[in-house]
Amino acid sequence: MKWGVLLFPGSNCADDCFHVIDKVLGQPVTYLWHKDTDLGDVDAIIIPGGFSYGDHLRPGAIAHLSPAMTSVKEFARNGGLVIGICNGFQILTESRMLPGSLLQNQGLKFLCMDQTLKVDNADTPFTSAYESGDVIVCPIAHNEGNYYAAPDTIAEMEANGQILFRYCNPDGEVSNATNPNGSVNSIAGIINKYGNVVGMMPHPERSSDKDLLLSDGKGVFVSMLKHLEAKHTES
Amino acid sequence: MLKAIVTVMLKKGIFDPQGRAVQNGLESIGFDNVKSVRVGKQIEIALDTDDKASADASVHEMCDKMLANPVVESYSFEIKES
Repeated sequence: MKWGVLLFPGSNCADDCFHVIDKVLGQPVTYLWHKDTDLGDVDAIIIPGGFSYGDHLRPGAIAHLSPAMTSVKEFARNGGLVIGICNGFQILTESRMLPGSLLQNQGLKFLCMDQTLKVDNADTPFTSAYESGDVIVCPIAHNEGNYYAAPDTIAEMEANGQILFRYCNPDGEVSNATNPNGSVNSIAGIINKYGNVVGMMPHPERSSDKDLLLSDGKGVFVSMLKHLEAKHTES
Repeated sequence: MLKAIVTVMLKKGIFDPQGRAVQNGLESIGFDNVKSVRVGKQIEIALDTDDKASADASVHEMCDKMLANPVVESYSFEIKES
């Protein structure tokens, strides 16, 4: 299974993602450049965090118009797995590959800390290594992580099980008090209705290597790998 | 030559933490007449055309495609002689 990590000018979490796929999962991985429309023969694409194009105008607003994103959309339309982390999530909402948008944190502060998350739906290619209701630790580092979508969109996503992760306290309780950034319904990560495109503000790649003390996020990549392997065996 | 002045604001009903912070600031320096504050952005675009109709259509397209995010923002603009 070959993985691609998409690079924009200003991406700064790409090496962490590459490290997890290469060294922790032991899978082949390559960098993809935002100006290229040829994604090669990758089976999954990671859009990493950072400050693509300096976050000018809005985070992701310029990056999502890059040539590679046209190919990423095509890749997703054909059922390919795509995950956007932090700035990658913002790029996916700007491109309308995921609903909603990420606004400035309600408290106006850049948040950089370990965060507990509740796994809301473990029945997806990105979360199958977890159980629904699991509480995991994943660092967050963002200024615009306040997830917003119109109420009818939120209702539809909730009904479809499209919320994958919510901010919670260490006991798994989800409330306004445990919501760090003002996201609607404490939403930290979502999946599209077709079940193959995910966006999340927390950084699973920063909690995937036990040598770095946190490894709860590894389940995201393990789940994806399991899904790709099963698909490969079928075909 | 024409110039477009585009204003982009968060849609009504979406909480604007920056506006709230500015409001708090104004109140803290003694302005007791501030009901609410919303912060947006202004984008000035010098256009290489004298045709107002084509400038208008083009700036609309710029706003829809990039300058504003219709999920959370609204925009307005005026076109002036520069």
